[in-house]
Amino acid sequence: MSQVVIPKVLVTKIGFDGHDRGSRVVAAGLRDAGMEVIYTPPWQEIATVVKLALEEDVDVIGISSLATDHLIVPKLMLALREAGLNDVAVIVGGIVPDADEATLMEAGVARVFHPGSSMADIAAYVHELAVAGRTQRVVV
Amino acid sequence: MNEAIRTEVLSEAEAYGAWQQDYAASIGVDKKVVNRSGVPIQPIYTSRDWNSKDHSADLGMPGQAPYTRGIYATMHRGKTWSQRQLTGLGTPSEFNARLLEVLAQGATALSPIPCNSVFRGYDMDESHIELLGTCGTVINTTGHMDRALQGVDLAKISCAQNDPTPFTLLAFMLAAARRRGTDWKSISGTSNQSDYLSHYVANHMFFRIALPGARRILTDHIEFCNRFLPKWNPMSVVGQHTQQAGATPAESMAFTLCTAIQNAEDCMARGMDPDQFLPRFTFFFDVSISFFEEIAKFRAARRIWAGLARNRLGAKDPRSWRFKFHAQTSGVDLTRQQPLNNISRVTVQAMAGILGGLQSLHTDAYDEALSCPSEFGARIAIATQNVLREEAHLTDVIDPLGGSFYVETLTDQMQAQIESVMQRVQDAGGMYKAVECGLVQGMIGESARKFQQMVDSGEQTVVGVNAYQVEEDSSARPINARPDRDSMQTLIDEFKAFKVARSQSAVQTALDALARSAGDVKDNVFGRVVEAAEAGCTHGEICQTLRREMGFGHVQAIV
Repeated sequence: MSQVVIPKVLVTKIGFDGHDRGSRVVAAGLRDAGMEVIYTPPWQEIATVVKLALEEDVDVIGISSLATDHLIVPKLMLALREAGLNDVAVIVGGIVPDADEATLMEAGVARVFHPGSSMADIAAYVHELAVAGRTQRVVV
Repeated sequence: MNEAIRTEVLSEAEAYGAWQQDYAASIGVDKKVVNRSGVPIQPIYTSRDWNSKDHSADLGMPGQAPYTRGIYATMHRGKTWSQRQLTGLGTPSEFNARLLEVLAQGATALSPIPCNSVFRGYDMDESHIELLGTCGTVINTTGHMDRALQGVDLAKISCAQNDPTPFTLLAFMLAAARRRGTDWKSISGTSNQSDYLSHYVANHMFFRIALPGARRILTDHIEFCNRFLPKWNPMSVVGQHTQQAGATPAESMAFTLCTAIQNAEDCMARGMDPDQFLPRFTFFFDVSISFFEEIAKFRAARRIWAGLARNRLGAKDPRSWRFKFHAQTSGVDLTRQQPLNNISRVTVQAMAGILGGLQSLHTDAYDEALSCPSEFGARIAIATQNVLREEAHLTDVIDPLGGSFYVETLTDQMQAQIESVMQRVQDAGGMYKAVECGLVQGMIGESARKFQQMVDSGEQTVVGVNAYQVEEDSSARPINARPDRDSMQTLIDEFKAFKVARSQSAVQTALDALARSAGDVKDNVFGRVVEAAEAGCTHGEICQTLRREMGFGHVQAIV
């Protein structure tokens, strides 16, 4: 299938932190890149993120973590699998120490974007993930 | 005639004209330079731009209105600044050990950081254990606070509380002080996070209670502290959050000054005298690496505030006109790439704050863009302040950049820039209305996006990020210590046992009184929070009670 893919992305934050400059800038950047972006304020419950992903049928979930909230991303990955959302890719952006990055990758996170990542790189990768995810769904 | 040995004296105008020609011939492409606040920057400044004869009234001497050159006669030549480092990790006992070490290293004031669960208003038994103590200390009760501050004489060491509405941590500290027999009148420090407006628009984590309730409790808090804690600063108006969130230095200063006006007018509407509460107002700012711009920002703000306090707010006591501020070096300027470079960034930022005339300083650890600061990183941050204070001769002369053609012109221009943003906010009905309608949030988001675009396009160089990249060895990065899960579990078990063992009737009575006070404008909500702390209520219980009565602190989602 070679139709144009317009990725649908959920940009959100889980846990307690409220620093949302990163999530706002990335959400605006993806929107400017022509994607359909669903943005939420910080502090979403894991169950809410799963529900939103399901109801909105998103291709990619972007989690912003500036103050260790990524430590509960493995719980999110588990909840997504339990909900049958295996084809939704999860990326994490923010301040993620190396040891934690390894844990996140093991838990099934597609990629971690660190401070200094360019908007163009993030957008290109999200697009790639969306295309791959939809191909996977078509095959299934 | 040979140019190099020309000896005749040119008139100022001739010299300027000759320089202009030289400059135009040598520069090639003259790149347009604009600072972060949007002020165009010339290649040189002279008496044509700023002339001391015409402007002496704008400066005054240090300690004299309008305080452009500093709020005290002696400034750093007398007392240098308070070295107030944010500290916090793990359990109260772990925090206490770290605190005593920081004091031994030269810190002169404390600024404990609570855990993010505390910021959001939850107790530890309502939180994911993975997130407890990772970015600050878990403090849920008076007992936790007492343990965290063991060995600290609260009558001698100034201990700020980084805790927003309803100021539970200050209540715990007051309850602990009473237990120890420390006179409340001797307790000094600042409610660092009392500015609910900056939380609503920028640092959302601290926004616990809906806007109208937050506004009411803040005024109650100021009234209570003015009465019972004469050495406590109940109001810290915060520019740091908005600048970190993306506002330009001028925007962030404008929002802060508008917030100060809003809070002061709220107090006055209650019949309070500005000369009673304004001397206890303090400010808290971000210092970016845009060196001269930051210095000019602070110099301009002192002047604007002196005028506002005197003319708009009607304060007569010069102590009300003085713009006292704490500054923190900007974490947003720090990079994950080549993290040791951040030590030099922090040094430049700190110098801008010092030359800008700050009263108190926190320097960031170099590893902030990698993780919550390591102990090693925190130690270098303190050492940076020690070096600047003891070795660099920065404190010899008061306002050493005063009279510089450039700095004075820029101070005037920053003032104009700040005042034009303030006008937009005032036109929207003042700060409270301007945040309610999203004006401020929109401006911040737009500036953040513009800055990111400048970095992405390479227009703004960031060393190690979009230029001068090198291959890096990730094993050289600091290892982040995480709180010990077992001691956290023990703390949770203790906490649950405490809740069972305390007097349930005392707790219930205090929470009922707190709930009633929320609906009774004649009562003081913060006074009831202090009573609740003394009755053994927990942080989560106090926040939950007020949220039930006054609404949960939700923020607008604006992109």
